[in-house]
Amino acid sequence: MGNKDSVWIANGQGFWGDSILGPIRLVNEGPLDYLTLDYLAEVTLSIMQKLRARDPSKGFATDFVRLIDRIAPTIVEKDIKVIANAGGVNPHACKDALLQVLQKHGLEGVKIAVVEGDDVMHRLDELIDAGETLANMDTGEPLSVVRDKVSSANVYLGAFPIAEALAQGAQIVLTGRGTDPGLVLGPLIHEFGWSESDFDRLASGTVAGHILECGAQCTGGNYTDWRAVDNLAMVGYPIVIAKPDGTFTVTKHDGTGGLVTEDTVRHQLVYEMGDPANYLTPDCIAHFTSVNLSDEGGHKVRVAGVTGEAPTGTYKVSISYHDGWKSTGQLTVSGPDALDKAKLCADIVWKRLAFDGFEYGPDERMEEYVGAGVCHEGIEGGTTDDPPEVVLRMGVKGPDRAKVDRFGSELVPLVTSGPPGVTGFAGGRPKATEIIGFWPALLRKDLVETTVSVFTS
Amino acid sequence: MKVLLQRIASARSGDKGEGSNVGVMARSPAAYAFLREHLTAERVRVHMAAINHGEVTRFEADNLRVLNFLLADSLGGGGSASIKTDAQGKTHGLALLRMELDVPDDVLAATPAS
Repeated sequence: MGNKDSVWIANGQGFWGDSILGPIRLVNEGPLDYLTLDYLAEVTLSIMQKLRARDPSKGFATDFVRLIDRIAPTIVEKDIKVIANAGGVNPHACKDALLQVLQKHGLEGVKIAVVEGDDVMHRLDELIDAGETLANMDTGEPLSVVRDKVSSANVYLGAFPIAEALAQGAQIVLTGRGTDPGLVLGPLIHEFGWSESDFDRLASGTVAGHILECGAQCTGGNYTDWRAVDNLAMVGYPIVIAKPDGTFTVTKHDGTGGLVTEDTVRHQLVYEMGDPANYLTPDCIAHFTSVNLSDEGGHKVRVAGVTGEAPTGTYKVSISYHDGWKSTGQLTVSGPDALDKAKLCADIVWKRLAFDGFEYGPDERMEEYVGAGVCHEGIEGGTTDDPPEVVLRMGVKGPDRAKVDRFGSELVPLVTSGPPGVTGFAGGRPKATEIIGFWPALLRKDLVETTVSVFTS
Repeated sequence: MKVLLQRIASARSGDKGEGSNVGVMARSPAAYAFLREHLTAERVRVHMAAINHGEVTRFEADNLRVLNFLLADSLGGGGSASIKTDAQGKTHGLALLRMELDVPDDVLAATPAS
């Protein structure tokens, strides 16, 4: 700790479902000290709780185990540390699966650290009894309103437990829910010995983590001026080269595709940013209004000047709960008169359902004409009334599962009992799927205890 | 001259609770000065009214030449509850870039196209 003059940290997984090629190429195509990976969307932990309830060996991101199976010898040989929130709601089951993979590759003495304390599902009643309302940050309602429907509850932990895990010699750090920037800030705290009151540096590391957290979104992915981006197929996932003073350079490995400029980095800074003067994390409040970007050419952007201040006394808690059912399905309708015929199809479906006693309110149903202007419907220049074909996409939602399911059986009959040119029905009859509601709340930090435990292969 | 917002700015958007976060990035200092004055929260609210049914809040980051807009109710229920195609507001930035603006010639001259 405290003796390196720069550290290379990459993010190879921007979200649950991102390509496995990102991290595989990062460990093979250039230098790297740390590989970070984000596997948890808000909905993921709720699904994992259900998987674990059915099978005690499940409830974590199995994609991560498959990844380690492919890169284990490389990360050990090159001593690349890996930090992932793949533990989900069952980090020890994930750790056990990883130990088996390491054993399979004959890799002995590799340390895996497990960070715990984020999962407060089993403590909800205790916390409510102790006077914590866990009120919804958007509506102000107390959690008791939906208590019996809650399916997961996890605190967004900060970066210091990750730094502690690295200090204990971990090659792989497994966490559950934590902030995305914390995956990057953790190794910086460890390498450079930043303290809990060094708010400008903690804010710098937070900004670095925010720039990396969506993977290729800062190296040319999802970029307004997409024609300027070379070779997205082989896009390089992002790397920061960080210095002890908190300044860093955003880049990607030489020879990879994509684009890193001041503008691509700016694109990611604004993503889900909210108030730029107050970016809240458990470790600090970062001032995005202080970020100074300079484009050095050659896919290198230098970031300096970041300031921060002390964090609040609370953690954000992400609580999910059952919020009803939904079902969507689609058909393709060819021209001539594609849009008019698709509108007739939608009208037929609603009328047949009503005939059978199933009526859906205006907030419980939707129909879209994909190709005629769905994403930008009602926006100037966003629609056309004469496309060569459209995809009719319809859906319903509501508290009654049977009623939501009934909708799905009235879509495919249109192929023979609607207007001509109806096709493209695939994937079977649409079925009701659960709607997971989110309940953002705050919890006093002193009520949460984090632990780090280390295991060796 | 009348041009689309895309001529002088780029954008990126994504979900934020039951609404969306739309970041607008000026392509030059001159474009930023113009947009800071003219791309008001109200102007954005009117342009995006077919998508967003709630308030619009604007934040500025002068250091990045960024105007950041929060659309309060633009996802049809938000996250998992929405049955809209764009349930995460990924295309809202591009919808905003379709806005037509009357931009002075000197601002256009000082702003390279993409």
